[in-house]
Amino acid sequence: MKNRVIKLFLTFFRIGLFTFGGGYAMIPLMQRETVEKNGWISDDDILEIIAIAESTPGPIAINSATFIGYKTAGVIGSVAATLGTVLPSFIIILIISFFLRQFQDIQAVKFAFNGIRAGVLALLIKAWWNMFKKMPKHSVAYAIATGAFVVSAFTDVNILIVITGCGIVGLVTSIIAGRRIKQ
Amino acid sequence: MIFLDLFLTFFKIGAFTFGGGYAMLPLIQDEVIAKGWLLESEIVNFIAVAESTPGPFAINISTYVGSEMGGILGAFCSTMGVVLPSFIIILLVAHWYEQFKSSKIVSGLMSGLKPAVIGLIGAAVLSIGKTVFSSFEISMEIFTNPEFWVSVGTVIVMGILAFKKVHPIAIICMSAVIGIVAGYLI
Repeated sequence: MKNRVIKLFLTFFRIGLFTFGGGYAMIPLMQRETVEKNGWISDDDILEIIAIAESTPGPIAINSATFIGYKTAGVIGSVAATLGTVLPSFIIILIISFFLRQFQDIQAVKFAFNGIRAGVLALLIKAWWNMFKKMPKHSVAYAIATGAFVVSAFTDVNILIVITGCGIVGLVTSIIAGRRIKQ
Repeated sequence: MIFLDLFLTFFKIGAFTFGGGYAMLPLIQDEVIAKGWLLESEIVNFIAVAESTPGPFAINISTYVGSEMGGILGAFCSTMGVVLPSFIIILLVAHWYEQFKSSKIVSGLMSGLKPAVIGLIGAAVLSIGKTVFSSFEISMEIFTNPEFWVSVGTVIVMGILAFKKVHPIAIICMSAVIGIVAGYLI
Protein backbone atom coordinates (compact mmCIF):
# COMPACT_ATOMS: atom_id res chain seq x y z
CA MET A 1 0.00 0.00 0.00
CA LYS A 2 2.72 2.41 1.03
CA ASN A 3 4.68 1.55 -2.10
CA ARG A 4 1.62 2.10 -4.22
CA VAL A 5 1.07 5.58 -2.78
CA ILE A 6 4.68 6.53 -3.46
CA LYS A 7 4.41 5.14 -6.97
CA LEU A 8 1.24 7.17 -7.57
CA PHE A 9 3.00 10.31 -6.45
CA LEU A 10 6.04 9.68 -8.66
CA THR A 11 3.92 8.71 -11.69
CA PHE A 12 1.76 11.83 -11.49
CA PHE A 13 4.81 13.98 -10.80
CA ARG A 14 6.22 12.70 -14.09
CA ILE A 15 2.91 13.32 -15.87
CA GLY A 16 2.82 16.88 -14.50
CA LEU A 17 6.42 17.49 -15.48
CA PHE A 18 6.14 16.29 -19.06
CA THR A 19 2.83 17.74 -20.21
CA PHE A 20 2.80 21.11 -21.83
CA GLY A 21 -0.53 22.88 -22.17
CA GLY A 22 -2.16 20.83 -19.42
CA GLY A 23 -5.71 19.46 -19.47
CA TYR A 24 -6.37 17.26 -22.49
CA ALA A 25 -2.68 17.23 -23.44
CA MET A 26 -2.17 15.19 -20.28
CA ILE A 27 -4.52 12.34 -21.18
CA PRO A 28 -2.33 10.28 -23.57
CA LEU A 29 0.55 10.22 -21.07
CA MET A 30 -1.87 9.49 -18.24
CA GLN A 31 -3.31 6.56 -20.21
CA ARG A 32 0.15 5.11 -20.87
CA GLU A 33 1.32 5.43 -17.28
CA THR A 34 -1.82 4.33 -15.41
CA VAL A 35 -3.34 1.78 -17.82
CA GLU A 36 -0.48 0.27 -19.83
CA LYS A 37 2.42 0.51 -17.40
CA ASN A 38 0.83 0.07 -13.99
CA GLY A 39 -2.57 -1.46 -14.74
CA TRP A 40 -4.23 0.64 -12.03
CA ILE A 41 -7.27 1.33 -14.18
CA SER A 42 -8.67 0.26 -17.59
CA ASP A 43 -9.15 2.10 -20.88
CA ASP A 44 -12.88 2.33 -20.13
CA ASP A 45 -12.03 4.01 -16.83
CA ILE A 46 -10.07 6.67 -18.73
CA LEU A 47 -13.13 7.52 -20.82
CA GLU A 48 -15.27 7.74 -17.70
CA ILE A 49 -12.70 9.91 -15.97
CA ILE A 50 -12.75 12.35 -18.89
CA ALA A 51 -16.55 12.47 -18.74
CA ILE A 52 -16.47 13.14 -14.98
CA ALA A 53 -13.70 15.71 -15.25
CA GLU A 54 -15.76 17.57 -17.83
CA SER A 55 -18.86 17.66 -15.66
CA THR A 56 -17.24 18.73 -12.41
CA PRO A 57 -15.56 22.06 -11.68
CA GLY A 58 -11.80 22.52 -11.66
CA PRO A 59 -8.88 21.76 -13.95
CA ILE A 60 -9.17 18.44 -15.82
CA ALA A 61 -5.66 17.42 -14.78
CA ILE A 62 -6.50 17.73 -11.08
CA ASN A 63 -9.87 16.04 -11.46
CA SER A 64 -8.35 13.03 -13.22
CA ALA A 65 -5.41 12.74 -10.82
CA THR A 66 -7.69 12.85 -7.78
CA PHE A 67 -10.05 10.28 -9.28
CA ILE A 68 -7.35 7.81 -10.37
CA GLY A 69 -5.55 8.23 -7.03
CA TYR A 70 -8.75 7.48 -5.13
CA LYS A 71 -9.58 4.43 -7.25
CA THR A 72 -6.05 3.06 -6.85
CA ALA A 73 -5.33 3.71 -3.18
CA GLY A 74 -8.20 5.57 -1.50
CA VAL A 75 -8.00 9.05 -0.04
CA ILE A 76 -4.24 8.86 0.60
CA GLY A 77 -3.81 7.82 -3.02
CA SER A 78 -5.80 10.82 -4.22
CA VAL A 79 -3.65 13.16 -2.12
CA ALA A 80 -0.47 11.60 -3.53
CA ALA A 81 -1.61 11.78 -7.17
CA THR A 82 -2.91 15.36 -6.88
CA LEU A 83 0.20 16.58 -5.11
CA GLY A 84 2.32 14.88 -7.75
CA THR A 85 0.47 16.64 -10.58
CA VAL A 86 0.66 20.07 -8.95
CA LEU A 87 4.25 20.09 -7.68
CA PRO A 88 6.24 20.32 -10.95
CA SER A 89 4.23 23.36 -12.16
CA PHE A 90 4.33 24.93 -8.73
CA ILE A 91 8.11 24.68 -8.40
CA ILE A 92 8.87 25.78 -11.96
CA ILE A 93 6.51 28.77 -11.93
CA LEU A 94 7.74 29.84 -8.50
CA ILE A 95 11.30 29.97 -9.83
CA ILE A 96 10.24 31.79 -13.00
CA SER A 97 8.14 34.36 -11.14
CA PHE A 98 11.17 35.42 -9.11
CA PHE A 99 12.94 36.79 -12.16
CA LEU A 100 10.15 37.36 -14.71
CA ARG A 101 9.52 40.86 -13.34
CA GLN A 102 13.14 42.07 -13.64
CA PHE A 103 13.39 40.26 -16.95
CA GLN A 104 10.38 42.17 -18.28
CA ASP A 105 12.18 45.51 -17.84
CA ILE A 106 14.84 44.69 -20.44
CA GLN A 107 14.08 46.53 -23.69
CA ALA A 108 14.54 43.49 -25.96
CA VAL A 109 12.21 41.46 -23.74
CA LYS A 110 9.60 44.22 -23.91
CA PHE A 111 9.78 44.10 -27.70
CA ALA A 112 9.61 40.31 -27.62
CA PHE A 113 6.45 40.41 -25.48
CA ASN A 114 4.85 42.89 -27.91
CA GLY A 115 5.15 40.16 -30.55
CA ILE A 116 4.29 37.37 -28.12
CA ARG A 117 1.01 38.98 -27.09
CA ALA A 118 -0.10 38.97 -30.73
CA GLY A 119 0.96 35.30 -31.02
CA VAL A 120 -0.92 34.41 -27.82
CA LEU A 121 -4.04 36.07 -29.23
CA ALA A 122 -3.75 33.79 -32.28
CA LEU A 123 -3.35 30.72 -30.01
CA LEU A 124 -6.40 31.73 -27.97
CA ILE A 125 -8.53 32.19 -31.09
CA LYS A 126 -7.50 28.69 -32.20
CA ALA A 127 -8.23 27.22 -28.74
CA TRP A 128 -11.64 28.90 -28.72
CA TRP A 129 -12.46 27.60 -32.20
CA ASN A 130 -11.60 24.03 -31.14
CA MET A 131 -14.05 24.32 -28.24
CA PHE A 132 -16.71 25.90 -30.44
CA LYS A 133 -16.50 23.01 -32.91
CA LYS A 134 -17.22 20.53 -30.12
CA MET A 135 -20.27 22.44 -28.90
CA PRO A 136 -23.63 20.63 -29.16
CA LYS A 137 -25.28 21.83 -32.35
CA HIS A 138 -28.73 22.91 -31.26
CA SER A 139 -30.47 26.25 -30.82
CA VAL A 140 -30.58 26.29 -27.00
CA ALA A 141 -26.80 25.78 -26.81
CA TYR A 142 -26.19 28.56 -29.35
CA ALA A 143 -28.55 30.89 -27.48
CA ILE A 144 -26.79 30.24 -24.13
CA ALA A 145 -23.33 30.72 -25.67
CA THR A 146 -24.40 33.96 -27.36
CA GLY A 147 -26.09 35.22 -24.20
CA ALA A 148 -23.04 34.47 -22.04
CA PHE A 149 -20.79 36.17 -24.60
CA VAL A 150 -22.89 39.35 -24.84
CA VAL A 151 -23.42 39.73 -21.08
CA SER A 152 -19.75 39.10 -20.31
CA ALA A 153 -18.35 41.28 -23.12
CA PHE A 154 -20.67 44.26 -22.85
CA THR A 155 -21.93 44.47 -19.25
CA ASP A 156 -20.38 44.47 -15.78
CA VAL A 157 -22.41 41.51 -14.52
CA ASN A 158 -20.24 39.25 -12.38
CA ILE A 159 -19.10 36.14 -14.23
CA LEU A 160 -20.10 33.83 -11.38
CA ILE A 161 -23.69 35.03 -11.84
CA VAL A 162 -23.48 34.39 -15.60
CA ILE A 163 -22.18 30.84 -15.01
CA THR A 164 -24.82 30.07 -12.37
CA GLY A 165 -27.57 31.52 -14.58
CA CYS A 166 -26.51 29.47 -17.61
CA GLY A 167 -26.42 26.30 -15.49
CA ILE A 168 -29.99 26.96 -14.34
CA VAL A 169 -31.16 27.71 -17.90
CA GLY A 170 -29.61 24.41 -19.03
CA LEU A 171 -31.30 22.51 -16.20
CA VAL A 172 -34.72 24.06 -16.85
CA THR A 173 -34.60 23.55 -20.63
CA SER A 174 -33.48 19.93 -20.23
CA ILE A 175 -36.38 19.26 -17.82
CA ILE A 176 -38.84 20.82 -20.29
CA ALA A 177 -37.32 18.82 -23.17
CA GLY A 178 -37.54 15.64 -21.06
CA ARG A 179 -41.27 16.22 -20.36
CA ARG A 180 -41.95 16.75 -24.05
CA ILE A 181 -40.33 13.44 -24.92
CA LYS A 182 -42.49 11.66 -22.31
CA GLN A 183 -45.67 13.20 -23.73
CA MET B 1 -5.15 39.76 4.70
CA ILE B 2 -3.59 38.88 1.37
CA PHE B 3 -3.03 35.16 2.03
CA LEU B 4 -6.64 34.50 2.98
CA ASP B 5 -7.79 36.69 0.08
CA LEU B 6 -5.63 34.70 -2.38
CA PHE B 7 -6.91 31.39 -1.03
CA LEU B 8 -10.58 32.40 -1.14
CA THR B 9 -10.35 34.05 -4.57
CA PHE B 10 -8.72 31.03 -6.15
CA PHE B 11 -11.05 28.66 -4.31
CA LYS B 12 -13.93 30.53 -5.94
CA ILE B 13 -12.20 30.42 -9.34
CA GLY B 14 -11.55 26.67 -9.00
CA ALA B 15 -15.13 25.97 -7.93
CA PHE B 16 -16.65 27.80 -10.90
CA THR B 17 -14.36 26.63 -13.73
CA PHE B 18 -15.92 23.97 -15.93
CA GLY B 19 -13.83 22.37 -18.65
CA GLY B 20 -10.12 22.31 -19.28
CA GLY B 21 -7.51 24.60 -20.75
CA TYR B 22 -8.55 28.21 -20.93
CA ALA B 23 -11.98 27.74 -19.31
CA MET B 24 -10.48 29.46 -16.28
CA LEU B 25 -9.43 32.55 -18.23
CA PRO B 26 -12.69 34.56 -17.97
CA LEU B 27 -12.77 34.08 -14.20
CA ILE B 28 -9.11 35.01 -13.84
CA GLN B 29 -9.76 38.19 -15.80
CA ASP B 30 -12.78 39.03 -13.71
CA GLU B 31 -11.26 38.41 -10.29
CA VAL B 32 -7.52 39.02 -10.65
CA ILE B 33 -7.70 42.17 -12.78
CA ALA B 34 -10.61 43.60 -10.77
CA LYS B 35 -8.57 43.18 -7.59
CA GLY B 36 -5.64 44.99 -9.22
CA TRP B 37 -3.34 42.01 -8.72
CA LEU B 38 -2.24 41.89 -12.37
CA LEU B 39 -2.76 43.96 -15.52
CA GLU B 40 -4.47 42.29 -18.44
CA SER B 41 -1.27 42.63 -20.52
CA GLU B 42 0.66 40.83 -17.75
CA ILE B 43 -1.84 37.98 -17.91
CA VAL B 44 -1.40 37.73 -21.69
CA ASN B 45 2.40 37.70 -21.23
CA PHE B 46 1.97 34.98 -18.65
CA ILE B 47 -0.15 32.83 -20.96
CA ALA B 48 2.96 32.61 -23.17
CA VAL B 49 5.01 31.50 -20.16
CA ALA B 50 2.34 28.96 -19.16
CA GLU B 51 2.27 27.52 -22.71
CA SER B 52 6.05 27.10 -22.60
CA THR B 53 6.27 25.45 -19.19
CA PRO B 54 4.85 22.09 -18.13
CA GLY B 55 1.70 21.59 -16.13
CA PRO B 56 -1.94 22.67 -16.21
CA PHE B 57 -2.67 26.33 -17.00
CA ALA B 58 -4.78 26.63 -13.84
CA ILE B 59 -1.89 25.64 -11.58
CA ASN B 60 0.60 27.80 -13.46
CA ILE B 61 -1.49 30.96 -13.29
CA SER B 62 -2.55 30.53 -9.66
CA THR B 63 1.04 29.89 -8.57
CA TYR B 64 2.20 32.95 -10.51
CA VAL B 65 -0.44 35.34 -9.14
CA GLY B 66 0.11 34.03 -5.61
CA SER B 67 3.85 34.40 -5.85
CA GLU B 68 3.62 37.93 -7.24
CA MET B 69 1.27 39.00 -4.45
CA GLY B 70 2.65 37.09 -1.48
CA GLY B 71 5.84 35.16 -2.30
CA ILE B 72 6.08 31.44 -1.64
CA LEU B 73 3.33 31.44 0.97
CA GLY B 74 1.07 33.41 -1.39
CA ALA B 75 1.72 30.89 -4.16
CA PHE B 76 0.94 28.05 -1.75
CA CYS B 77 -2.35 29.65 -0.67
CA SER B 78 -3.63 30.38 -4.18
CA THR B 79 -2.63 26.96 -5.55
CA MET B 80 -4.24 25.18 -2.60
CA GLY B 81 -7.31 27.31 -3.22
CA VAL B 82 -7.59 26.39 -6.89
CA VAL B 83 -7.00 22.66 -6.27
CA LEU B 84 -9.26 22.08 -3.24
CA PRO B 85 -12.72 22.43 -4.86
CA SER B 86 -11.80 19.84 -7.55
CA PHE B 87 -10.24 17.58 -4.99
CA ILE B 88 -13.22 17.59 -2.63
CA ILE B 89 -15.84 17.28 -5.37
CA ILE B 90 -14.02 14.41 -7.12
CA LEU B 91 -13.72 12.49 -3.84
CA LEU B 92 -17.48 12.87 -3.35
CA VAL B 93 -18.20 11.88 -6.96
CA ALA B 94 -15.87 8.86 -6.77
CA HIS B 95 -17.82 7.73 -3.73
CA TRP B 96 -21.30 8.23 -5.20
CA TYR B 97 -20.29 7.51 -8.76
CA GLU B 98 -23.41 5.65 -9.98
CA GLN B 99 -25.79 8.30 -8.64
CA PHE B 100 -23.67 11.05 -10.18
CA LYS B 101 -23.47 9.35 -13.57
CA SER B 102 -27.23 8.87 -13.90
CA SER B 103 -28.20 12.22 -12.36
CA LYS B 104 -30.50 14.27 -14.61
CA ILE B 105 -29.66 17.39 -12.60
CA VAL B 106 -25.94 17.08 -13.39
CA SER B 107 -26.51 16.48 -17.11
CA GLY B 108 -29.06 19.33 -17.21
CA LEU B 109 -26.69 21.78 -15.54
CA MET B 110 -23.87 20.73 -17.86
CA SER B 111 -26.04 21.28 -20.95
CA GLY B 112 -26.12 24.95 -19.91
CA LEU B 113 -22.56 25.23 -18.59
CA LYS B 114 -20.76 23.88 -21.66
CA PRO B 115 -22.05 26.50 -24.12
CA ALA B 116 -21.72 29.19 -21.42
CA VAL B 117 -17.99 28.49 -21.14
CA ILE B 118 -17.62 28.87 -24.92
CA GLY B 119 -19.40 32.23 -24.85
CA LEU B 120 -17.35 33.41 -21.88
CA ILE B 121 -14.04 32.41 -23.43
CA GLY B 122 -15.11 34.22 -26.60
CA ALA B 123 -15.58 37.38 -24.53
CA ALA B 124 -12.22 36.82 -22.82
CA VAL B 125 -10.47 36.50 -26.19
CA LEU B 126 -12.18 39.67 -27.43
CA SER B 127 -10.97 41.53 -24.36
CA ILE B 128 -7.42 40.23 -24.87
CA GLY B 129 -7.62 41.31 -28.51
CA LYS B 130 -8.38 44.83 -27.30
CA THR B 131 -5.38 44.67 -24.94
CA VAL B 132 -3.05 43.60 -27.74
CA PHE B 133 -4.10 46.60 -29.82
CA SER B 134 -4.70 49.04 -26.96
CA SER B 135 -1.37 50.82 -27.38
CA PHE B 136 -2.64 52.23 -30.67
CA GLU B 137 -4.88 55.27 -30.59
CA ILE B 138 -8.07 54.79 -32.52
CA SER B 139 -7.92 57.34 -35.33
CA MET B 140 -7.21 57.41 -39.05
CA GLU B 141 -3.49 57.58 -38.25
CA ILE B 142 -3.63 54.00 -37.04
CA PHE B 143 -3.49 52.89 -40.69
CA THR B 144 -0.18 54.65 -41.25
CA ASN B 145 1.35 53.22 -38.08
CA PRO B 146 3.73 50.38 -39.07
CA GLU B 147 3.63 48.87 -35.57
CA PHE B 148 -0.11 48.41 -35.92
CA TRP B 149 0.35 46.49 -39.15
CA VAL B 150 3.09 44.33 -37.60
CA SER B 151 0.64 43.33 -34.83
CA VAL B 152 -2.17 42.64 -37.30
CA GLY B 153 0.21 40.63 -39.51
CA THR B 154 1.52 38.63 -36.55
CA VAL B 155 -1.98 37.68 -35.41
CA ILE B 156 -2.98 36.59 -38.93
CA VAL B 157 0.20 34.64 -39.76
CA MET B 158 0.40 32.98 -36.34
CA GLY B 159 -3.33 32.24 -36.54
CA ILE B 160 -2.80 30.40 -39.83
CA LEU B 161 0.17 28.50 -38.36
CA ALA B 162 -1.87 27.61 -35.26
CA PHE B 163 -4.66 26.18 -37.42
CA LYS B 164 -1.99 24.25 -39.35
CA LYS B 165 -1.17 22.64 -35.97
CA VAL B 166 2.25 24.25 -35.54
CA HIS B 167 3.32 23.75 -31.91
CA PRO B 168 2.33 26.62 -29.55
CA ILE B 169 5.92 27.01 -28.29
CA ALA B 170 7.15 27.45 -31.88
CA ILE B 171 4.46 30.10 -32.43
CA ILE B 172 5.49 31.94 -29.26
CA CYS B 173 9.18 31.86 -30.29
CA MET B 174 8.43 33.15 -33.80
CA SER B 175 6.20 35.91 -32.40
CA ALA B 176 8.98 36.93 -30.00
CA VAL B 177 11.47 37.19 -32.87
CA ILE B 178 9.01 39.30 -34.91
CA GLY B 179 8.49 41.54 -31.87
CA ILE B 180 12.22 42.07 -31.33
CA VAL B 181 13.01 42.67 -35.02
CA ALA B 182 10.08 45.08 -35.41
CA GLY B 183 10.97 46.84 -32.15
CA TYR B 184 14.50 47.65 -33.24
CA LEU B 185 13.67 48.40 -36.89
CA ILE B 186 10.63 50.65 -36.45
